[in-house]
Amino acid sequence: METSPLAPDILFSIGPVPIDRAVVTTWAIMAVLAAISWLGTRRSGREPGWLQAALEILVETLESQVRDVMRRDAWTYIPLLGTLFVFLVFANLSAEIPGMRPPTGHIETPAALAIIVFFSVHYFGVRAKGLRAYLEHYVRPTPLLLPLNVLSEFTRVFSLMVRLFGNIMSHEIIIAVVVLLAGLLLPIPFMLLGILIGVIQAYIFAVLAAVFIGAAVGAVQLD
Amino acid sequence: MTVEMFSIIGAAIAVSFGAIGPALGEGRAVAAAMEAIARQPESAGVLSRTLFVGLAMIETMAIYCLVIALLLLFANPYVG
Repeated sequence: METSPLAPDILFSIGPVPIDRAVVTTWAIMAVLAAISWLGTRRSGREPGWLQAALEILVETLESQVRDVMRRDAWTYIPLLGTLFVFLVFANLSAEIPGMRPPTGHIETPAALAIIVFFSVHYFGVRAKGLRAYLEHYVRPTPLLLPLNVLSEFTRVFSLMVRLFGNIMSHEIIIAVVVLLAGLLLPIPFMLLGILIGVIQAYIFAVLAAVFIGAAVGAVQLD
Repeated sequence: MTVEMFSIIGAAIAVSFGAIGPALGEGRAVAAAMEAIARQPESAGVLSRTLFVGLAMIETMAIYCLVIALLLLFANPYVG
């Protein structure tokens, strides 16, 4: 076992600011995603090239999934939820590239994403209902439940963070232990399992964010 | 017995016993979902989506135990 999964993994520092390995990986993933999006939409038109067609399939699949989960028109929420999902898929699967470690395996990246979800839940809720009606749902069935309602706001975001971190990090540790015990070929099925875990955790994170936002926005039927 | 040994034993107990409850719960959830899909294969999409979210919720308990174990092993406030 190398080092603590809670300790930062400093690569280099720019002036007084230390740069973590997770930060470098995150920026690399962001560059790759931005490049793919730019290439795909550079000459977008009615006759799509293969990349634009693939991106359109991806976006429309995301939209239909989110619409099924939230039961409302989903295009308002797709920029946030779709970006979360695509980024998390890339971040979790970066573990499969030799020499790279997933940024979600350290606590900082899931924490940052969970904070984004926390604030966007309130943002979308206030925007859809108005401030007064949104705050009233904390005293909904009875004002006695106010502390529990407020507490659940924090615990569910905390568990969102810890779920992603715990799954990815524990899978990293499992791979390390298996490599330590038995050399060459035995880790391969575990790494295949890692692909499954990475995609499922990205899916769960995005779906739970959609459920939280949907609950905050309130029940409006589709059409 | 030093504090380190107690921490390692505590981490092992936290993960092993903390995994029992969520494992049983997830088993029941998956069994019920399988039965429902076998009865109504056309609703498999909705069922599996709900199942994944539910499993994530159940799994949270096991992950809390994992966090406790990690705190004991790597960020123990009583050591050093």
